[in-house]
Amino acid sequence: MIATTYAIQWVLIFATSALLILVGAVGVIAVKNPVHAALCLIMTLLGVAVAFVAQSADFLAAVQIIVYAGAIVVLFLFVIMFLGVDRREHIHFEPLVGQRAFAAGGVAITVGGLIVLMARSDWVSGASSVTTKLSSGAGNVRELGTAVFTTYLFAFEATAALLIIAVVGAVLLARREGSTEGEESA
Amino acid sequence: MNVPAAWYLILAAVLFGIGAFGLLTRRSALIMFMCIELMLNAVNLTFVTFARTLSDISGQAIVFFVMVVAAAEVTVGLGIVVSVFRRRSSTSVDELSEMKG
Repeated sequence: MIATTYAIQWVLIFATSALLILVGAVGVIAVKNPVHAALCLIMTLLGVAVAFVAQSADFLAAVQIIVYAGAIVVLFLFVIMFLGVDRREHIHFEPLVGQRAFAAGGVAITVGGLIVLMARSDWVSGASSVTTKLSSGAGNVRELGTAVFTTYLFAFEATAALLIIAVVGAVLLARREGSTEGEESA
Repeated sequence: MNVPAAWYLILAAVLFGIGAFGLLTRRSALIMFMCIELMLNAVNLTFVTFARTLSDISGQAIVFFVMVVAAAEVTVGLGIVVSVFRRRSSTSVDELSEMKG
């Protein structure tokens, strides 16, 4: 019935991305070794990239793979191996009694509420194409670039400042205080 | 015809739920950061789905900015984890209890 309503290739693409996303996400929270968790995170990020391509966000899919899977996860792996914390965590130990049950209940209420909200209301419909219309078919690199450099120019410049602040802050945080003290006072 | 937006929205909601559950239950700071990345990706997926549904580029532009903020957040967060690890030799957030009353 599904296959007759929607074209089979879109259903297959959705199934692929859903499988990658859910298996990877469950892996991140379930495995004990942090290195394996980082590899499961890559699987989820690839699934999200597939979903981006299926929804004509080609540029974001490329950025997703280059920035997330290529830079952020590598940074995670670098820190894991730098600190040597790739030993197993005692995953079944609960410091707070009933913590897991409360967390599962809260998450179930939140996700269930979201799904009920989506199923029972029509808030998905709104004014369409307020800023720039998506181009049909091909990716939207041109539209995205125009929007980022015109409508969202101030936010774009603010992210530049944010990145500089983050880099300087990370360098300051990661520096050893004792070893550079002589240079500091000079 | 592409699958309805609700499929992707429900997938994003479930992904957000998994990330939130991991954030609440795991105690390693590194794993908690990965769970935050999961939640950010769920929100990104929602934005892209609405961009397609409403045929508006703004959703994709906002995803671009979310990715930048996520990169900055991970950089600073991992710097904090490294400096905490130097003092405590552990990344478990339960052991950071100096300010406990």
